[in-house]
This record gives sequence, C-alpha cells and structure tokens, in this order.
Amino acid sequence: MSKNISENTMGKIKLTILRVIVYAILIFLTFLCLFFFYLMIINATRSNAQLATGFSLLPKENFFVNLKNAWNDASINIPRGMLNSLIIALSAAILTTYFSALTAYGVHVYDFKGKRFVFTFIMAVMMIPAQVSALGFVQLMTKMNLLNSYIPLIIPSIAAPVVFFYMKQYMESVLPLDIIGAARVDGSSEFRTFNTIVLPIMKPALAVQMIFSFVSSWNNYFVPALLLDKAEMKTVPIMIAQLRSADYSKFDMGKVYMFILLAILPVLIVYIFLSKSIIKGVTAGSVKG
Amino acid sequence: MKKTETGTRKIKSVSYAKWGYIFITPFFLTYFVFTLIPQFLTIYNSFFETYRDGLTQIGPNFVGLENYATLFAPDPSGTVLIFKYALNTLVMWFAGALPQFVIAMLLALFFTSYRLNIKGQSFFKTVIYMPNLIMAAAFSMLFFTLFSRVGPIQGLLESWGVLDHSFDFFAFRITVRGMVALMNFLMWFGNTTIVLMAGIMGIDQALFESATIDGANSVQVFFQVTMPLLMPIFVYCLITAMIGGIQMFDVPQVLTKGDGIPNGTTRTLVMYLNGYLRTKNYGMAGAISVIIFIITGVLGAIVYRMLSAQYKDSGRKHRERRGNVL
Repeated sequence: MSKNISENTMGKIKLTILRVIVYAILIFLTFLCLFFFYLMIINATRSNAQLATGFSLLPKENFFVNLKNAWNDASINIPRGMLNSLIIALSAAILTTYFSALTAYGVHVYDFKGKRFVFTFIMAVMMIPAQVSALGFVQLMTKMNLLNSYIPLIIPSIAAPVVFFYMKQYMESVLPLDIIGAARVDGSSEFRTFNTIVLPIMKPALAVQMIFSFVSSWNNYFVPALLLDKAEMKTVPIMIAQLRSADYSKFDMGKVYMFILLAILPVLIVYIFLSKSIIKGVTAGSVKG
Repeated sequence: MKKTETGTRKIKSVSYAKWGYIFITPFFLTYFVFTLIPQFLTIYNSFFETYRDGLTQIGPNFVGLENYATLFAPDPSGTVLIFKYALNTLVMWFAGALPQFVIAMLLALFFTSYRLNIKGQSFFKTVIYMPNLIMAAAFSMLFFTLFSRVGPIQGLLESWGVLDHSFDFFAFRITVRGMVALMNFLMWFGNTTIVLMAGIMGIDQALFESATIDGANSVQVFFQVTMPLLMPIFVYCLITAMIGGIQMFDVPQVLTKGDGIPNGTTRTLVMYLNGYLRTKNYGMAGAISVIIFIITGVLGAIVYRMLSAQYKDSGRKHRERRGNVL
C-alpha cells in the first residue's frame, strides 16, 4: 500500500517536472517567434539617431514620423506598392477560390469521359513549382505584351491544382449529391445550382482558401520581380528587396523598419482576426479520410 | 467503381456530362496557356543558345545539349557551380529542416498528450504558426537590418562583450547559412507541428490505450504505435518540405542581395536560375530549369503516389459511409 502511494507521488513529481520542461520549451519557442517582430515594431518607433545607439526593448515616440517618412518616400512608393499588391492579391484570391471550386465541382458531380485523366493530371502537376516554368512564362508574357501588367499575376490563379484538391476533398465530406438532384427537379440550371446552393455550403473552405491565396499572392516575390520593372507597377516584396540593394548606410533606419512593418502588416491583421480558422484550414488540408 | 453504380446514375450522368466539361474548361484553358506552354518553352529554350552580349542579341541557335554540358563543366577554379549551389541549398535546407521536424514532432506529442494536458494550446499554435504567413522577403530584410554591423543584435552582443566591433555576421559562411536556416526553421516548424498533430489525433485512441495497458512506456508507445501509424503523414511532410527547399529563394536572395555572400556559399539553385533570367541568358536558364524540374518531378511523384493511395482509401471509406447517392 505505502509502496503504491510512493510510486504514485513519484509519478506525479515526474509529471510535474516534465510539464515544467515542456512549458519552458514552449515559452522559449514563443519568444523566438515573437522576438524579431517585437524588435521590428520597437525599432519602427525609434529615430535614426536613436537606432544608432543600438539595442532597445522600449518603444520611443517616433512612430508617426517614421510612418510619414516611409509613406512619402521618393524612391520607394510604398502606398502604390501596397495598392498594387492589394489589387493583385484580392483578385487572385477571388479567382482561385471560385474557379477551383467550380473545377472541383465539375469533377466531383458529373460523370464524363476522361474524368479520371483530369483528376490524375491535376494531382500529378500539383507539386511542380512555378520556378521551373518561369522562363517560358516570362518569354510568353513578353511576347503577349504583358510585362508591367496585373494580368499575368492574376489570371493564372484560375488554375491552382492545390486549391482544387482541397475543394474536391471538402466536397466529398460535406456536399450531399441529393441536394443537387433536388435542385434539378426544381428546375434550377447547373450554374445556378453551383452559385446559389453549392457555394454557400462551401463557405468555410472558400474562406480558408481565400485567405491562403491572398497571403501567398501578397508575399510572392520570384515571378513578379521578373515581370514588373516600372516603378508604379511594383509590388511590395519587390520594393522590400529593393531596400536591400540600396546603400542602407545612407538610409534612415527608422524608415526601413517602418517599410518592413508596412509590408507584413496586412497579413498580420488578417492573421490576428482569423488565426483560428487559418489553423483549422492547415489541419483540414493535411489529413484526409 | 463503375460496377457499383446504379442504372439511374448512368442515365443521369450521360445527360449532364457536358456540364462537367464546361465547368473544368476555365481551369484547363488557363493551365494550358500560363503553365503548360511556358513549361514547354522552357524545355525548348534549354536546347538553344540565347543570350545577350552587351547590346547584341546572340541566337537563338540550336546547340543540342551544349547548355547542359556547360552547366556541368567545371569553372576555371575547378568547381562545378550547379553542384556547389545544389549543395548550398541542401545544407541550408537540412540545417533548418532537422530542428523543424524534431521540434515539430516533440510539440505535436506534447500537445496531443492527455497526461501532460498542456494549457494555452491555441495561443501557442497561433504564435508558432504566425511566421509562416510573413512575407519571406520582408522577414529576410528584417534579419538583415537586425544583424547588420550597425544593427541592434550586433550592438547587444558587443555591449555584453561577446563580440567585438570588427565582427560581421555577413562575412562568414556559417553565420549567413545559419540565419537562412533559422528563418526557414521559424517559418515552417509551426506548420509541421499542426500537420503532425492532426495526424496523431487521427490515430485510433484505443491503440494507445491498449498499448499502455499492455505495459508499454511512452517511449515504446511512440516508436511502436505512434511513429509507424504516423509514417505516411510524416513522409508526406518531409517530401513536401524537400520540394519547398529546392525552391529556396526569397530568404537568401534578399539577405545576400542576390550575391550569396560570402563567395557564393549561400547561393541556391533558384538564385542561380534567377541570375541567368535577369541577364537574359535563356539557354542556361532553360537548362537549370529542366534540372530543377527533374528533381521536383521525382519528389513530386512520391507525393503523388502517397496522395493517390490515401485518396483511394478515403474515397472508399467515403462511399461506404454515405452509400451511393445519385
């Protein structure tokens, strides 16, 4: 009996120690994830002279001065860049979710010759990165006179194999086919059924994919940098990379931190409000069956 | 599959088949124009000599496999650049991926453990996933400013007496690679944690219970029950991480201004490709693209096989669960 009790307490002590270690690891990782961004925000509130004095964990009062300087910078037109990025990312997000759902619906609901091939093909090309066709893409866009245009950064998002796959999986778990049959009986056309009955059912999946698509488009650097060289067409990541190529020793560093903050702010805001559904989306995208 | 379908479904599907084609047309049209044609153009370019010499445009002249021969030929110092850059990519990927998978696995086990019963899980998950959504170019620029010689990290370490003023984080291979690896780690370990967690939670709880009743300790449970059952998801994560690693570009490009300092030791394959695209040497850019295409193709094929196996599985389960509607 007493042996049992001591074993029990031993177990409890062990568990407590283990818990302490686990929380310590978690707190360390939390610190690591937030530290650099914390420094960024703090430094965005400091003047160039204050920044030259080195490290500080406390904010200063220069936030709005830096914001004004960054916003009105002559060589890096960040408001224009944010507008360009916003237009591209929003349009891409809407197109990619709508057409991926449409394509998935086409494959999911209808039976047609070559359907298996269609599905296999999309799965097979899913993992091919954009970089390996970038050369041909740039060449083709040059020939089509689409350099310095939004179009090559928006229209291709209609064909997004990964989003298609997600939508297809989602339909399999939530979309009852008899609803479609019922809509047909009621005389609804196929497009109408999709737009007014299927899309509302798909809302959670659409929302999640819209967020992911917006974020990846907002952050996209490689291909846009090859297509856009006119100052007024540049997107945010191109401008950030441009900052790095500038002679930073002559720069107002407070302004530089502000640029970086502005570049990630929209995504950060989206994340603060929607982190729950974003994390759910990651989870749902990973496990099937 | 056909055999299990009822007669009514066949009649219905025949009459609606054209809608299937209509609904998938935008996707395929777009894919054809913006991906498939560029893909063929890229491969096609790799067999031609096309570049600019000053203001003169050379080519395109058909040269067969000469671009590939050039790509794998040693430069004057005796290094084959593509191997060097491939190795850089691999080293930096591995240095980030190793802690990424170890930590993610540990966190996934912590979070799913009933015994530990970790509080504040959704807070921790929110925090560790956050860097994944941050613009890589901006994150990298942030690291540059923080670690630059006039930056706060250097200042802090100097005031602690750890470094003296002559130290430069960007002068050493190990520190620059280390920064790239650290950023990649921070950007991806949260994502991997969430995916692995979902995998562990998908395992039948009764298996853990019966293993524990049989007297297995937690280490045994992990190696004999959790790990084998988690293997497909783990391998899927690993290979998609590898495919991501091959594409490594934004972070080292911005951090090193595209130069791969010091001495090209942080230059990745895609940075190499980007260099040729910028100077409009389309022959060499084509050849590098094809090499990257082949590597991702092999890795992608593994993912494809896993996904389709899993897909058939879930499809079967799904049909069993719902029966055959329509």
